Amino acid sequence: MLAYSAADTYARALLVGLANTFQVAILGIAAASLIGAGIGLLSLSPNALLRNLAATYVEFIRNVPVLVQLFFWYALLTEGLPPPREALSPLPGVFLTNRGLFFPSFSGVPELQGFNFAGGAALSPEFAALLIGLSLYTAAFIAEIVRAGVMAVRRDQWHAAQALGLERRHVLRYVVAPQALRVIIPPLTSQYLNLTKNSSLAVAIGYPDLVSIANTTINQTGQAIEGIAIIMAVYLTISLAISALMNWTNARLR
Amino acid sequence: MKKVLNLFLLLLLLWLGWKFADWALIRAVWQPDAAACRAASGACWGFIVEKHRLIAFGTYPYEEHWRPALSSIFLVALWVLSAVRSFGKPGLILIWAAGLTAIGVLMWGGIFGLPYVENERWGGLILTLLLTTFGLAFAFPLSILLALGRRSELPLIRSLCVAYIELVRGVPLISVLFMASVMLPLFLPAGVSVDKLLRAQIALSLFAAAYLAEVVRGGLQAIPKHQYEAADALGLGYFQKTFLIVLPQALRIVVPPLVNTCIGFFKDTSLVLIIGLFDLLSTIKVSLNDPAWTGFGVEAYLFAALVYFVFCFAMSRYSRSLEANSGSG
Repeated sequence: MLAYSAADTYARALLVGLANTFQVAILGIAAASLIGAGIGLLSLSPNALLRNLAATYVEFIRNVPVLVQLFFWYALLTEGLPPPREALSPLPGVFLTNRGLFFPSFSGVPELQGFNFAGGAALSPEFAALLIGLSLYTAAFIAEIVRAGVMAVRRDQWHAAQALGLERRHVLRYVVAPQALRVIIPPLTSQYLNLTKNSSLAVAIGYPDLVSIANTTINQTGQAIEGIAIIMAVYLTISLAISALMNWTNARLR
Repeated sequence: MKKVLNLFLLLLLLWLGWKFADWALIRAVWQPDAAACRAASGACWGFIVEKHRLIAFGTYPYEEHWRPALSSIFLVALWVLSAVRSFGKPGLILIWAAGLTAIGVLMWGGIFGLPYVENERWGGLILTLLLTTFGLAFAFPLSILLALGRRSELPLIRSLCVAYIELVRGVPLISVLFMASVMLPLFLPAGVSVDKLLRAQIALSLFAAAYLAEVVRGGLQAIPKHQYEAADALGLGYFQKTFLIVLPQALRIVVPPLVNTCIGFFKDTSLVLIIGLFDLLSTIKVSLNDPAWTGFGVEAYLFAALVYFVFCFAMSRYSRSLEANSGSG
C-alpha cells in the first residue's frame, strides 16, 4: 500500500508491514462478516438442502488448520491459474494469472507488457490467497456464532412478530436481529481478533505483513528482542483497540 | 418457485460434484510417475504415493520407519482409550506412563539394539501428535493454576495471572514461537543450548495454557455459590475446598469446550513449520521442493487437509457426544 524502496530505513519497512497487516485484516474482517452472516442465515433456512450445505461448509473449514488452507489457496492461485500470456479473462479488462489478479482502476486498464501486466490495479497471489483463506476460515466460525445468536432469540418472539403480520425478512430485520446482535457481538469480537492475529501467518506464504518484515529485520540486524517486542506491542494494541471498540458497540446496543 | 430453486441448486451441486470427482478420481493419476502426472489433466495422487514415506516420517532414518509408525499407532490408541468413558480411573495414568515410555524408547532408541535417533530427525505425523500430547499435558495443569489464580483473593497473584492470560491471548502464536526460537537462546548462558523441539514445545504449552485457563475459569464461574459456602461450612480449607469440591465439578462441566480448545491446539501445532520443525504439514511442504515433483501443491495440501480433518472431525464428534450425554444426564 505504501511505497517502499530498498534504500529506506527499517522503520519505514516496518510501517509498510503494519499497513499491509491492517489492509488484509480490515478487508478480511469485512469479507468474513458478510460470508459468515450469509452462511449462518443459510444454516437456519427452512430449506434442508441449503441447511446441509451450510453445515458441511462449517464442518469442513473448521476442522482444517488455517495454515493448510492458506497454502492450498496459494497453490491453487499460483499453479491453477495460467501464466500472464495465456491469462484468463472472465470480464473485459480483468485478468486472472499466476502472477496475480489484474483489474481496471482509475489509473488505467491492465495491458500485457513483456512478461507481465502493467497498468490498472493488481492483487498479488500472496495477498489474494491470504485474504481468501482468512475470510473463508473465519466465516465458518462467524456462521456458527450467527446461528447460535439467532437461535438464542426465543421462539415466541418469532411467533409474535408473525402474528403481527410481518414478513419473514422483516421479522429478521426488526425483531430478531436486534436481539440476536447482543448475543453475537462478544464472540464476534474474538473472531475479529483471531483473524487479525492469524494474518501473521502471511509470513508462511510470503506476503510482507508486519511479522514477516520484522522477521527479516531480525535476520538482517540480529536485534531479536526489539523485533519481537515491536510485533507483540502492535498486536496487543490492535487487540485492545478492537475489544474496546466492540465493548463500546455492545454497550450502545443494550 | 421453491421447487425450481431446489432443483437448480441440486443440479448445480451435482455438476460441481461431478467436476470434482472427474478431476480427483476419474482423470487422476495414481502411479508415482511425474511424467504421466504432467501429461494428465486430472489430479496427481502419484505424488502422495511417491512421497508417502517422507510425508509420514520426515527425515527419520529410512530403515527405522517402523518405529515412528508404531509410536503413532500407540499414541492414537492411548487417546482413543482415554476417550472411552474411563475418566479419572487411576489405571489410565499407568497406561499412559507405560505407553509414553514405550514411545520414548521406540523413538530415541539406543537400547534393546535399536540405533539411537536424535530428536532433530523426528518428523511427520508423530511429531504433530507428540507436540499435541505433551503440549496439552503441560498446559493443562498450568491452566488450572492460572484459572484459580485469576479468581484468587490475593491482588498480586490475581493481577499476575490476568496479565499473563491477556498478554498471551493478545499476541499471535507465531510471535510466541519466534520468541522461543530466536529470543530464548539469547537469555541462556553461553554454551547452554536447549534444542529446537523442546523450545517449540515450551512455547506451545505456554500459549495453550492461557486459552485453556479461560475455559477452566468458565467452569469455575459456573459452580453455584452454595457449593463454596457448603464447603466452608464443613470447615474445609482452601485447598480441600478447591481440589475436592470445586475443581471436580468445574472440570466436568467444561469437558466439551476443553475438547474444542484441544482441536484448536492440534491445528495450531502446524505453525511450527514456520520455525523450521518437520511436522506433518512441513514434511508435505518439503516434499514439494523436489524439482521432479514441483507444481502439485493443490493435491498435496488437499491431502494435508484430509489428514487434519480426520483427526479434528473425530475429536469434534467426540465433544458433541459428550455434550449430548451431559444434557440428558
